Amino acid sequence: MTKAKATPLKRYGELNKRSAYLKRYWQLYALLALPILYFVIFRYGPMYGVQIAFKDFNLFTGINDSEWIGLEAFREVFAMNDFYITLRNTFMLNFLDLIVSFPAPIILAIMLYEVRSGWFKRFSQTVLYIPHFISWVIIGGIVYQLFGTQSGMINGVLQGLGFEAVPFLTEKNSWLITYLFTGVWQSAGWGTILYLAALTGVNKELFEAADVDGASRLRKIWHITLPSIKPTIVTLLILNLGKMVSIGFDRPYIIGNTAVREYSDVLSTFVYRIGLEAGQYTLATVVGLFQAVVGLVFILGSNYISKKTTGDGIL
Amino acid sequence: MSERTSNRIFDVVNITFISLFVIFCLAPFVHTIAVSLSSNRAITSGEVTLWPVETNWDAYAQVFSDHSMLRSLGFTVLLTVATTLLCMIFTIAAAYPLTKGNLKGRKFFLYLIIVTMFFSGGIIPEYLLIRDLNMINTVWALILPGLVSPFNLIILISFFKNLPPSLEESAEIDGSSFLNTLLRIVLPLSLPVMATLALFYAVGRWNGFQDALMYINDPQIYPLQLKLFQMVQNNMVTELTQLEGANRTPLTPEALKAATVIFATVPILCVYPWLQKYFVSGVMLGAVKG
Repeated sequence: MTKAKATPLKRYGELNKRSAYLKRYWQLYALLALPILYFVIFRYGPMYGVQIAFKDFNLFTGINDSEWIGLEAFREVFAMNDFYITLRNTFMLNFLDLIVSFPAPIILAIMLYEVRSGWFKRFSQTVLYIPHFISWVIIGGIVYQLFGTQSGMINGVLQGLGFEAVPFLTEKNSWLITYLFTGVWQSAGWGTILYLAALTGVNKELFEAADVDGASRLRKIWHITLPSIKPTIVTLLILNLGKMVSIGFDRPYIIGNTAVREYSDVLSTFVYRIGLEAGQYTLATVVGLFQAVVGLVFILGSNYISKKTTGDGIL
Repeated sequence: MSERTSNRIFDVVNITFISLFVIFCLAPFVHTIAVSLSSNRAITSGEVTLWPVETNWDAYAQVFSDHSMLRSLGFTVLLTVATTLLCMIFTIAAAYPLTKGNLKGRKFFLYLIIVTMFFSGGIIPEYLLIRDLNMINTVWALILPGLVSPFNLIILISFFKNLPPSLEESAEIDGSSFLNTLLRIVLPLSLPVMATLALFYAVGRWNGFQDALMYINDPQIYPLQLKLFQMVQNNMVTELTQLEGANRTPLTPEALKAATVIFATVPILCVYPWLQKYFVSGVMLGAVKG
């Protein structure tokens, strides 16, 4: 920080300090250089490319030389029926997922916390975490084995019990069951980790005091266990609400199919379909940008709500 | 009813419910294994549930004699190892300097990184970037775009910050350079968290599908997931043609698909239990915000 008025002597001292600083700190900058370069190229590079949402882009003219068209592409997207269908589906699938998949890990974590046998707890946790590490492609493969109408196991069992086969993969309402099943299956066990972590901080004396009062196990769960994970529940709930417009690509793309596209087509698969399959890069970028901006608004909004309700932001 | 018996009943009910959930998690795998070992006749007539019918190993023999499948497996293993190594090097190189409060520009670099957690250009601009960099159909398209996960980076930064400062300080008094301190003191103390992050990166790459779908159309470098996906899709076609009552075209037999699914799952299951004790603490660390 050399100021213009600094005397030559002072400036010399500062230069000396700077070179001492550099002599010691250059290694840190050297370490940072490549990762920062990575962020600039691969994370900020695409942000530069976002400008094609406002341009009549095609592959031959390139990003810089394509003509500006203002908001024309936005008007076109907002007039597309499919855009509203995929937007609705994104909210719908996320919302149903929240209702079904959000409580599961809470219940499971409370049950695991009550287990006294160490080996059973460890064993069940090991198994419950496994689905989290399985790819959607593999889950898709398994789902078709399980839910198929002709040879799927579940329909086999249903028919054995005298019920009619349910078209879990090809009728949109039944397909929702399939979709939600995969969510619970994959995330319920893994989701317990954060709640169990919160429970490690519970004061054991509370339970001892409750024992003295003769409280039953269920009462202890209701009055001690549940209140101690309440902050975690609220934070995760708000975080999930903040992610309502963002949806992964793999799950709806792989679990969904053309027969149920009316429900399975979401923003992420829509972007892929019109952008990379149909080559309408500008329109797909508009949809992606819309999703990113609305997603940001949701996240910031949920952070604000979190600060208001829990006194602590989620960011 | 005495307190002890009601406690007993609670335990039994509780353990029963957890066991049911454990079975719920395992049953799909067991069924798939059963299908992979059954005859095609038994599968299509819906006789197979959780135990193989007319047991045979033909499907596995077929998977292991399929050169393209083995090549894809080998390629994916190499790709996963290389990606994980590079990701770890980059993440460590970014995390360590950012724990040093005296580093000028630290705040700026942190903001530069954190912004990317909340906003991204989207897949089309990403695709165009990879295209402009001439990386389509190269392994670089699968390695470089995900080199540093900001989330993992924050986990590592907060772990480094929680190390006892006295160790580093004494090394600094002895005149150890930053790089030396990082390699000799910080990293050896951080093995659990590094195992966690390496697992996250490895699983992410092993399971990664969308980037392969977007960037790779050369069968020579199909990652396993993409190869597998084509069979799953094939499965879907079966389901749809049956729906329309059309004649079944000769397709990949169910047993072969199931065997392939198991073939792609086993490597993950081999690695994962050994790292479990690490990643649980790692995830908790991530929950404590950076």
